[in-house]
Amino acid sequence: MSAEMDARTRFSRLLGDRLLALFGLLVTLLALTALGALIFDVARDGIGRLSWEFLTSYPSRRPEEAGILAALAGSLFVIGLTAVIAIPLGVSAAIYLEEYGGKGRISRLIEINISNLAGVPSIIYGLLGLGLFVRIMGMDRSVLAGASTLALLALPVIILATREALRAVPKTLREASYALGATKWQTVWHQVLPAAMPGVLTGLILALSRSIGETAPLITIGALTYVPFAPKDIWSPFTVLPIQIFNWVSRPQAAFGENAAAGIVVLLAMLLVMNAVAIVLRDRFQRHAG
Amino acid sequence: MTNRTRHAIEFLIERSLFLCAAFSILVTAGIVFVLLWETTAFLREVPINKFLFGTVWTPLFFDKQFGVLPLVTGTLLASAIAMVVALPAGLLIAIYLSEYATRKVRRIVRPTLEILAGVPTVVYGYFALQFVTPLLQSFVPGLAGFNALSPGIVMGIMILPLVSSLSEDALRSVPNGLREGAYALGATRMQTSLRVVVPAAFSGISAAIVLAASRAIGETMIVAIAAGQQPRLTLDPRVPVETMTAYIVQVSLGDTPGGTLEYRTIFAVGMLLFISTFILNLISNWLRERFREEYA
Repeated sequence: MSAEMDARTRFSRLLGDRLLALFGLLVTLLALTALGALIFDVARDGIGRLSWEFLTSYPSRRPEEAGILAALAGSLFVIGLTAVIAIPLGVSAAIYLEEYGGKGRISRLIEINISNLAGVPSIIYGLLGLGLFVRIMGMDRSVLAGASTLALLALPVIILATREALRAVPKTLREASYALGATKWQTVWHQVLPAAMPGVLTGLILALSRSIGETAPLITIGALTYVPFAPKDIWSPFTVLPIQIFNWVSRPQAAFGENAAAGIVVLLAMLLVMNAVAIVLRDRFQRHAG
Repeated sequence: MTNRTRHAIEFLIERSLFLCAAFSILVTAGIVFVLLWETTAFLREVPINKFLFGTVWTPLFFDKQFGVLPLVTGTLLASAIAMVVALPAGLLIAIYLSEYATRKVRRIVRPTLEILAGVPTVVYGYFALQFVTPLLQSFVPGLAGFNALSPGIVMGIMILPLVSSLSEDALRSVPNGLREGAYALGATRMQTSLRVVVPAAFSGISAAIVLAASRAIGETMIVAIAAGQQPRLTLDPRVPVETMTAYIVQVSLGDTPGGTLEYRTIFAVGMLLFISTFILNLISNWLRERFREEYA
């Protein structure tokens, strides 16, 4: 092989290498740009509409008077109730599967079932809620029906996240506890759960922050799009922030579009706060573990 | 406390924890039961071959037709567009992050990209309708205000982190010995990535892709907001269509009384949706298991 040939092949080899890296970097930047464009677009459209009145007014047919109070109260109420239903169930299930389950056939079946449930589209949970909670159990379109539906939706996520946090607790901690004569439950309750707590909390917050943004299942169970009052109790009809946003997006007037954007800003701000809390917790967790 | 009461308490706790875990089986049973119940009632009035192979879907009109194909093509069209966006971009990002990027870059880029997966879908719907559609209309001739193209692209952006993160995990779990072998034979980094590492991680990457497709098919709000509500048997991405999920939303927004045929259509469509995503998820799980066996 001549020296000239050698140089040329080396050049083309290097070029291909650089090109792939460049392309990868370019596409990565493009995806990040899309995220930037999304946030910029929403902020540009919505910031002007944000005001104290917007946060504390009920919906209205006149866009400049409409606000998100009913939706905000509904969202907080529904998520709170979702947490009350889903967290004890999910954490208990995770404790069973991780600490007690073993490799039995039933445990295996439950595990497969949970990972399948995690892949079911959220709107299917809406149909379940409509058929089961709203019709058969007669809860109607209440906060309770909405929260029960979201709880079922959040359950697999909570179980998977909690299991991961429990798995990260070193085995030695359990063995030391047993060696001191503790029973299984004493070990779980006094040693494993406190050690796993930051990880568990992170998972719970992330699961609930996903539920806050859910729209489709709540529309499917028949949550109303126009509610001019905050829910009183668990039997009240309700709306939530994403549904209010959806309602405004689907109207042709541009002024309602601005309302939707302002609602999105509020929704994203709520998610940001929840995720920041989760990140701080995870950070503390990692420092403790390391 | 005596030993016996302690044993009894331990036993009770274990049983109740087990019941919580077993509850998830009830959820699955509930889904299957509700869908099956209403779907069989629906199929008693509409023959199954008219439902599955009919080409006109007008259950809310005076002249009712129950051919689900327009909803199916609408769903497939929007999902296919999403995959065209997410597949190459996600794979390239995964290769870049796994084979080229420094640790520091990876640690910043990956969580930032994953923010995309955490944005509520109603926000993406707004983005598709108010930003992407007008942008596309400036250079795609004949693009309607509602279309499959814009929500398809936005859905692609949404599932991008799913493809990139899971594919990156697959690429990174390919043993380093394979890479070193390729380098020792004189391969460049690109040749190693594309001809050794990617083929070795193929089943893991396919698992990610199939899961992303399932997510796209079940996605609701983006298409409900930006694709329109006109069930139409077409593969033209520029005109309004309706997906299966968007139809369920459309009916839910109206005040359809329970027990009517219109009410049951959403469960029949939901059943179809459930079965298709379930099959895709099973395939994805099977591919992932296979990948794990190869490199465990």
